Amino acid sequence: MTAVTDQTSTVQVSEVIHDDPSRVDVIPVIETKNLTVSYGDYQAVRDVDMVFGKNQITAMIGPSGCGKSTVLRCFNRMNDLVPGARVDGTVTYHGQDLYASDVDIIEVRRRVGMVFQKPNPFPKSIYDNIAYGPRVNSWKVSSMDDLVEEALTKAALWDEVKDKLKTSALALSGGQQQRLCIARCIAVQPDVILMDEPAASLDPISTAKIEDLMQDLVRNYTIIIVTHNMQQAARVSDRTGFFTSDVDEAGVRHGRLVEMGSTKTIFTTPSDKRTEDYVSGRFG
Amino acid sequence: MSVDTTAVSHDPIGESVPQRPLVGASGSGWRERGFKYLLWFSLAVGIVTLATLLVYVLVKGWPRLDPRVLTNMPSAILPDRAGAQSAIMGTLWLMVFTALFALPTGILTAVYLEEYADPSRWWNRMIEVNLMNLAAVPSVVFGILGLAFISRGLGLGPTILTGSLTLALLVLPVVVIASREAIRAVPSSIRQGSLALGATQWQTIWRQVLPAATPGMATGSILALSRAIGEAAPLIILGVSFVTFNPNGLTSRFTALPVQIYDWTTQSRTEYLVLAAATSVVLLVILLAMNSVAIYIRNRTQKRR
Repeated sequence: MTAVTDQTSTVQVSEVIHDDPSRVDVIPVIETKNLTVSYGDYQAVRDVDMVFGKNQITAMIGPSGCGKSTVLRCFNRMNDLVPGARVDGTVTYHGQDLYASDVDIIEVRRRVGMVFQKPNPFPKSIYDNIAYGPRVNSWKVSSMDDLVEEALTKAALWDEVKDKLKTSALALSGGQQQRLCIARCIAVQPDVILMDEPAASLDPISTAKIEDLMQDLVRNYTIIIVTHNMQQAARVSDRTGFFTSDVDEAGVRHGRLVEMGSTKTIFTTPSDKRTEDYVSGRFG
Repeated sequence: MSVDTTAVSHDPIGESVPQRPLVGASGSGWRERGFKYLLWFSLAVGIVTLATLLVYVLVKGWPRLDPRVLTNMPSAILPDRAGAQSAIMGTLWLMVFTALFALPTGILTAVYLEEYADPSRWWNRMIEVNLMNLAAVPSVVFGILGLAFISRGLGLGPTILTGSLTLALLVLPVVVIASREAIRAVPSSIRQGSLALGATQWQTIWRQVLPAATPGMATGSILALSRAIGEAAPLIILGVSFVTFNPNGLTSRFTALPVQIYDWTTQSRTEYLVLAAATSVVLLVILLAMNSVAIYIRNRTQKRR
C-alpha cells in the first residue's frame, strides 16, 4: 500500500492515462485568444489561449479559484447571466466570434450544451425533462417518444428508466440524475458538450459510468470538461489544459493557463514546473 | 479455511476516552426546560386567545345561527327577519374581483423585481422600499385613497368595482412580497439548466420558475385575500353600507360582511348583537374555507414534484 501514498511518483497516474491514437489530430471547434474574464474591476482569469479539438475530450484542471469554470462558461455565454461580468479577447466557434454583437445567444446555447456540477433535473417527469429542450426550441419532431428514447439511450439511461418515464426525475439517484441531465443536453443535438465537474457530487460507481459515457459520446460530440480530479482528467481526456492562479505586481490573484497539450505530455513530461508539481500531487 | 479469532482485539482507543455519566443528561438542564416552557407559553397565548374568541362568538351567535342568516336580507327594524345574504354575496363578489385585480398584477410585479430588475438601479430600489412601506400602511388610508381617486376621481361611486379595486391595492404589496419570496426560493440551478438548453428568459420563467413557485405564491396570495375579506374600515370610508339586494354586476352597490357586522354592533337592540355574532361565524367559516384551499393547493403541488 505504500506505493500509493508516494506522492512524488507519477507512475500511478501515468498507468491510467488515456491514450487513443485515433484522437490525436486537433481540428479546432472552439478557440480562445487573449481571453480575459472580469467581474467588475476584478480580472478572474487572464490571457487564456486555448484550442478545443473536434471529437476530443479536453480537460481543464487546476486548483480551486483558478478560473477553469469561468473560462468554460464563456463557451455557451453563461457568464452573461452574472451581473458585471465582462469578456475580453476572442472566443471563436468554428471560426465565428461567439461574442459578436449579432450572435444569437439562444442558438449558441443550443449548439454548446452544458452539464453542471450538481445534477439539476427539472422538477418534472423524466420524459418532460428530455422533451424540454426540443419543446422550448419549438422543434417540429415527428415523434417526441422516439427522440426521448434516443437521448436516454445515448446517455446509457434508457434501460434503467424506460418503465418509469412519467415519474418524477427527482426520484432518480444522483448518478442517474446526472445522466438524465446529459440526455437532456443531447436531446437538443448540440455540437459541443461542456461539463463543469460533472462527477464532483457522485459516488465512484456513478463517476465511472459518467466517464464511460463520455468515451461513447466523444465519437459524436466535442467534450470540454472541468475537473478538480487529476486522475479523472488523466483517465478520460485527450488533451489537458492546466490552470493555476498567481499574484500580480499589485498583489491581486488572477487565474492563468499555465500550459496545454496532450494529456500524456501534461501528465508525464510537462514543460512547466508548476504543472509537474500539481499533477504529481505536490500542491493543489 | 480457518479464521484466527484471536486477531480480533479490543479497540484500545475506546478505553482511554473518559466517559461522562449517562445520568443527568445535558438536555435536562433548567435552561433547556425554561426555554421549552417559554415556547409553550408563547404558543398558548395565541391559541387560547383564538379559542376564546371562537367559543365566545359561537355561544353568543348560536340562537341566531340558522338559515335566516343565509337566506334573508338585512333589516334595520326587524331583527327577527334580518339576515346577511346581501353581505355574503357582496363579500364573495368582492373577493373574486379583488383576486382578479391583485393576483396577476402582484405576481407580474414580483416576476419583474426578481427576474428582470437590476437592483443597482435607483428606481428598482425605490419600488422595493415603496412596496415594503405600502405593506405597512393602515387599511383606512387605502380607504381614503379609494374614496378620493376611484370612487370620486373616476366617478365610480361605492360599487363592487370601487371596493375590489381598493382592496386589491390594499393586498397588492402583500401579494408581491409573498410571490417574490416564492420565486426567490426556486433554485438558480433550475434557471441555469433551462437557459443552457436554449430556452429564452421568458420560457424559463413561464415553464420552470412560475410552476415551481406556485405553491408559495398561492398560499401567500390566499392569506393576503383572507386579510382583505375581514376589512371593514376601507369599505366604510368608501361609503359602503346596508343594502337589501345582492350585487348583480361590477357597477352594483353592495354591502359586505365586516361592514354589516360593524353596522349591527352599533345598534342598540341586543337581538342585533346576537345577529352580529352569528354573522361573524359565517365570516369565519368563509375565511377557514379559503385557508383550507390554500393548504390544499400547497400540498397538492408539493406532492406532484
